[in-house]
Amino acid sequence: MKVGVLQFPGSNCDQDSLHAFATVLGVPARLVWHKEESLEGLDLVVVPGGFSYGDYLRCGAIARFSPVMKALKAYAGAGGMVVGICNGFQILCEAGLLPGALIRNDCLEFRCETVNLTLAARREAWQASLGANPLRIPVAHGEGNYRIDEAGLAELEANDQILFRYADRPAAIERRGNPNGSLSDIAGICNREGTVIGMMPHPERAVESFHPSRDGLPILQTLLKLAGHR
Amino acid sequence: MSSSSLPPNPDPVLNVSITPELIEKHGLQPEEYDHIVQTLGREPTLTELGIFSVMWSEHCSYKNSKPLLKTFPVEKKDTSRGYGQVMVKAGEENAGVIDIGGGWAICFKIESHNHPSAVEPFEGAATGVGGIIRDIFTMGARPVLLTNSLRFGDLEDATVKRLFRGVVAGISHYGNCMGIPTVGGDVVFDESYEGNPLVNALCLGILRHDQLQKGAATGVGNPVYYVGAATGRDGLGGASFASRELTEESQADRPAVQKGDPFMEKLLLEACLEMMAIPGLVVGIQDMGAAGLTCSTCETAGRGNAGIEIELDEVPQRETNMNSYEIMLSESQERMLVIVQKGREKEIEDVFAKWDLHAAKVGEVKEGDRMVVKQHGVTVADLPARFLTDEGPVYEREAKEPAYLAKTRAWKPEEIADLTKESLAEALPGLLGDPSIASKEWVYRQYDHMVGASTVVLPGSDAAVCRIRTGEGDKFVAIANDGIGRYCYLDPHRGGLIAMAECLRNLACSGAEPLAMTDNLNFGNPYKPEVFYTMKEAVKGLSDCCAAFDVPVVGGNVSLYNENHRGAIDPTPVISVVGLIEKEADITTQTVSAAGQKLLLLGGWPDEIGGSQYLQTVHGLKTGRAPEIDLAKEKAVHDLVRQVIREGRVEAAHDISDGGLLVAVAEMLFAEEQNFGATLEVASANPARWDALLFGESQGRILLAVDPAEEETVIAAAKAAGVAVESLGKVTAEPILSLQTGGSLDHSWEVEILRDIWSQRIGKAMSLPGLPS
Repeated sequence: MKVGVLQFPGSNCDQDSLHAFATVLGVPARLVWHKEESLEGLDLVVVPGGFSYGDYLRCGAIARFSPVMKALKAYAGAGGMVVGICNGFQILCEAGLLPGALIRNDCLEFRCETVNLTLAARREAWQASLGANPLRIPVAHGEGNYRIDEAGLAELEANDQILFRYADRPAAIERRGNPNGSLSDIAGICNREGTVIGMMPHPERAVESFHPSRDGLPILQTLLKLAGHR
Repeated sequence: MSSSSLPPNPDPVLNVSITPELIEKHGLQPEEYDHIVQTLGREPTLTELGIFSVMWSEHCSYKNSKPLLKTFPVEKKDTSRGYGQVMVKAGEENAGVIDIGGGWAICFKIESHNHPSAVEPFEGAATGVGGIIRDIFTMGARPVLLTNSLRFGDLEDATVKRLFRGVVAGISHYGNCMGIPTVGGDVVFDESYEGNPLVNALCLGILRHDQLQKGAATGVGNPVYYVGAATGRDGLGGASFASRELTEESQADRPAVQKGDPFMEKLLLEACLEMMAIPGLVVGIQDMGAAGLTCSTCETAGRGNAGIEIELDEVPQRETNMNSYEIMLSESQERMLVIVQKGREKEIEDVFAKWDLHAAKVGEVKEGDRMVVKQHGVTVADLPARFLTDEGPVYEREAKEPAYLAKTRAWKPEEIADLTKESLAEALPGLLGDPSIASKEWVYRQYDHMVGASTVVLPGSDAAVCRIRTGEGDKFVAIANDGIGRYCYLDPHRGGLIAMAECLRNLACSGAEPLAMTDNLNFGNPYKPEVFYTMKEAVKGLSDCCAAFDVPVVGGNVSLYNENHRGAIDPTPVISVVGLIEKEADITTQTVSAAGQKLLLLGGWPDEIGGSQYLQTVHGLKTGRAPEIDLAKEKAVHDLVRQVIREGRVEAAHDISDGGLLVAVAEMLFAEEQNFGATLEVASANPARWDALLFGESQGRILLAVDPAEEETVIAAAKAAGVAVESLGKVTAEPILSLQTGGSLDHSWEVEILRDIWSQRIGKAMSLPGLPS
């Protein structure tokens, strides 16, 4: 098992993702510079969070042209396991590896908080590891408002591609569960095969004793399990 | 000394003789100019005059504050611990460095961007963050956290809202993109800051001892490189702009505000750290912050006791036909000056090519002591470097006690009525809804405070705590900010003492041992004797407290000329103290975690009302004396709290500060996912005044929540330490805050209602029509 974490100019969750896999979970992992052209030998590719190329245009709009993206498309096309987190999710949508788009949060502000997340998909591997309880996972983004047209949404639902949804917060705390106004409270999706995953929340920020929770661990472990079964 | 004149500048526009008007426009006093002419033995050129104007501005030279800054203790006396020694002292380099043990060190500093933020809040605040980050990685450290201290006018004012929104967005933009978490800070609203907000940003970085870099140009013949963004005409003369009062016309100074590009800075950061990791390559490095290329060249030469020569044609430029005056004074962001070992040019060029950044050789280190600037081969400036950096003017300004102090000191509590059942019921929600006390979630939820996956205590507690990954086990640093202008206005000496003491108290509550302090002195025009008096006294307060606690000052910043149409802002020294927590288990926060926990009050019942937030919020009075402070007693309380925390007896700790006892208790009940209640028994206090007991801000008070089984032990420990301790009550599952006074003032508040007021106050004020909050 080997995990690769892509590194674009402006990526800033690359080290956190590497730490979560390599140090916390003890899985061999390495950084992959955006100018590399091959992803050979990797079992799971993480497209990490950050501000690739500054994201002064649409988030991910420039990163999709990086040399490594050609390799990533080939890798995903061959059934390779890919997860895009936050900016990584945006990049995967821009690159056409996932449907839909992520636009500015409806509050027009950056949001960093810990959200409640529920598993929305009936997919077996995920059901087995996460179950029904809400997970507490941090988010930190300005553009996480997921949008897709009606037909696209129907297709996501029909193919069980909606992986995570934002859930409500405890009634006593006046704060809405969905931090960005995303369609149908979508927080994460996957392709039909379940091999390319995009999510706004940061599981790598919920893996250690002092984090808001350790609910990111079963998410990362499920990714590794799916990658291993390929 | 050369007395011959320089050749004409290639740009004829610059070939003018220096008139008194030009001297004044450059912010130089006539006697300062005379000193320049005398030392040079000739008239300076216009480019040189520009260089003097920025280097001898308050911002760069500290000419009006140096004598005060010299009174700060800069070294730690106690050498018995395996950490805490100062490795780089205040003023020696871009930022101070402290040993944290195990071969690791931290480097931190605070800096202001008040004036730029007043005229252009987004870019002003953003570039403030960018500047302080560069100060840290210049030292070889990787920046790991940011904090900020902000002061604005009345939140109901439309202009204040615009500034507040812009500043928070600017900090968020820059810090988030850099991937450095903004983990804490403070925000205070007071009309004294109307039109002149304070924006002070702090950055902390970590480094191994062997990674330490210096900003000195040494080794004759070593090449001087310019790396990072190209130079434009933005930010011309920013340092001198920051050293003037803001006026109606200041809006016309907007070109003096720089524009930030955090993406560029992220690349620059990574490239610089990569370059510095190559053994022996870098000789010296300095960021181009205030005064840009000017400051970095003469300071590196000054520190290295060497000469330096640069050719402006080699400087990457993003605009055409820039003359030497513009290039030397530009404050374009995201640039650094690097001196590398001769013969190893390819190594630095390769690193920067990887990151697609400029790395241009612009000059070299020379023999002698001169800073020589050429353009198209023509010498446009030729100055003794140390004359610019070390021999600038220093003034002992006149200090005179302001007249208002006699009046505020004479104020007596009897001038206002004590609490009634009705006024008490209103006062607590009133205080929790005061924007200065209310939750700052609206602010910090816009900052990525968790990137780095190392934030242990999130914003909102007494101190933020971050894990430091050293590769040989984790360490935890805690950081707290403080600085209450109201106290300094009413008693600048006590205000200084309290700012520092409160910061230390916050660290004690988090379980941390203090390491060192950085300060940002925000005051008005130092030429006004009353303003200088407040600065002198406040600095003395800070300095006295630092000495008493053996906490050295490792650097900081001075921001003067903070004035609006009413006069000077409240004197506001903003300080941050960094502390160390050795064990994760010792990290403590301010919210209670279970019903049944007992609440203890350390330090005795509060009994002063002067200078309180209560007086200001409820009675509209900023008067009386700031609370008394007894440093020995204060220290005993801090030591006790750390001791019982380390013994594992404390569930939560929170100090009494703005708003007093009831506000502090309420804040302890607002847990992340749940509201708790509490029953408080205060009859035994038998106070002379109830307002002073419940809302007074007497110093040296800390509230603890402990498990019932630990209560007796903690009380005994307090008695053994000579610290007054009171059993205040207990935490309840039912979210009701019930106050029992043994008489007619008994009252209960629903915690959910209190929390809504507290948590929604700022968000509601800042909400935009039609948008979800």
